[in-house]
Amino acid sequence: MLGDVFSYLTDGSNWSGSTGIGTFMVQQLLLTVTALLIAMVLGLPLALYLGHRHHGGTLAVNVTNVGRAVPVFAVLLVLALGPVGSEQFGPYGRAGLATLIALVLFALPPIITNAYVGVVEVDPGAVEAARGMGMNGAKVFSSVELPLAMPVVMTGVRVALVQVWATATIAALVAGPGLGRIITRGFANHRTYEVVAGAVLVALGALVLEATMALVQRYADPMRRARVSVTRSSPTAVGGPR
Amino acid sequence: MIRLSGVGKTYDDGTVAVRELDLDVRRGELVCLVGPSGCGKSTTLKMINRLIEPTSGRIEIDGQDITGEDPVRLRRNIGYVIQEVGLFPHQKILANVMTVPLLHGESKATARERALELLELVGLDPARYADRYPHQLSGGQQQRVGVARALAARPPVLLMDEPFGAVDPLVRLRLQDEFLRLQAELGVTVVFVTHDIDEAVRLGDRVAVFAAGGRLAQYDTPARLLGRPADDFVADFVGSTTGLRRLQVIPLDPAHLEPLDGVSVGDLGAAIDIDTTLGEALTVLLRDDRGMVAVKRDAQFVGVLTPNGVHRALRAALAEMATVS
Ligand SMILES: Nc1ncnc2c1ncn2[C@@H]1O[C@H](COP(=O)(O)OP(=O)(O)O)[C@@H](O)[C@H]1O
Ligand SMILES: [Mg+2]
Repeated sequence: MLGDVFSYLTDGSNWSGSTGIGTFMVQQLLLTVTALLIAMVLGLPLALYLGHRHHGGTLAVNVTNVGRAVPVFAVLLVLALGPVGSEQFGPYGRAGLATLIALVLFALPPIITNAYVGVVEVDPGAVEAARGMGMNGAKVFSSVELPLAMPVVMTGVRVALVQVWATATIAALVAGPGLGRIITRGFANHRTYEVVAGAVLVALGALVLEATMALVQRYADPMRRARVSVTRSSPTAVGGPR
Repeated sequence: MIRLSGVGKTYDDGTVAVRELDLDVRRGELVCLVGPSGCGKSTTLKMINRLIEPTSGRIEIDGQDITGEDPVRLRRNIGYVIQEVGLFPHQKILANVMTVPLLHGESKATARERALELLELVGLDPARYADRYPHQLSGGQQQRVGVARALAARPPVLLMDEPFGAVDPLVRLRLQDEFLRLQAELGVTVVFVTHDIDEAVRLGDRVAVFAAGGRLAQYDTPARLLGRPADDFVADFVGSTTGLRRLQVIPLDPAHLEPLDGVSVGDLGAAIDIDTTLGEALTVLLRDDRGMVAVKRDAQFVGVLTPNGVHRALRAALAEMATVS
């Protein structure tokens, strides 16, 4: 069994062609990244702004969370059968547009929630000091709120990314694009090794994405240097004369 | 320098935080706003830098009505220190202190120089602390940085909201002392909020006692406040230990000292300065338990203070208070 999976995955001919692993993987990666970027462009400015104003964010969070309660499958089906249709959509494959829209909807909640909460929960003392010393709203946001909220904001993006990747797999169930197709195809033809191979690819992809994001997140954290400098100098640094 | 006339603030939910407040602060003066929690002290302070907009009345700084000014520009010329300190945790101490000069458009080099100067001024060795992050400092040190940051652009006015409220009592005493010296040196006009009457009479040139709802119950010098409370509320607020507190505001007077004749140096403990208050003199007297303490002026002995002298000083001060007003 494992041997079958291995030989399936290492057989170059399974990777090429319009229904090969390569095409599906590129489709899924494209879908995931595009959906994530669209969700970031739509969600981040709004959520960050509402967080800065400390206002209206709960509503936005609740509205986007409605998406979480509805099964992906239902959303996809409605979209594909409805006005959007299931035609080939450029490099995104069949039902690509419907899949993209569904994925964006599913990427929004973690992005919006974390961006809003991240900014709202920045130390109010730091914000008051910043305003009190004469920073305007934009400056308070860029110099204090955004840097300090960055870890939480990035966590939202990271959760969204992994979630979108996993959800994109399900897209194949509506005859859509992506790695899920390998799994459905395996099922249809009673080729268990193909099903397992598809699942392995999805899992590996998720791990790679997660690791990449963790790296990005580390370098985007403005507190990183502050934290590093604790570990480096803690024995003498903390304490000291008052 | 700062004048509030008929200033009131009613919050959107109907809370009247400040009602019809008149208050004037002279140039170079250190005025303390003191009162129980929730009586509108912070609200009053924040109306001066327009973090909160008054709902009535008029606030002038240097004769200029501040409601006409751009609040951001106004705040750049008013230092602001809060209890939470609010240092930027992702920036080093030096960068924190450079913030305001940079906002003023100073060059990096100038801002840096100024920040180093300020750290020195508040008693933090730049070589040791400039490159640290805020969380690597103690609470007292952080508040020193808070003060340095607020003063970095040489503001003529400094607003402080319970700045030493979160540090332990010993550190607080030191910070108060150093701040008094700093304020005298810089001549900056200060409005200082505290809920601690001891802190208020210790620091303030004048003290404004607030009652609930932002009512100004009394605005007076510490000596007069303690000697002649305007009403029961003030009397109650300054408390039953008024007698002892009063010692903290009575200066030593050479007239109350006894000559040094016949006293051998061995009988003398620590010497105190003639500029200290009766309260501090009494503390040393009690601590050393020698029946007398040497008093000097500029390293020159001027006499000894005995318990009798303390008594005379106290009576003289009371008589003086009774004649004023
Ligand atoms: N943003 C606000 N909205 C409504 N009420 C407030 C607000 N800020 C303060 N208050 C109320 O106004 C009163 C005065 O508050 P404050 O000025 O902070 O008092 P203090 O600094 O003397 O403790 C309190 O009753 C407080 O609950
Ligand atoms: Mg307060």
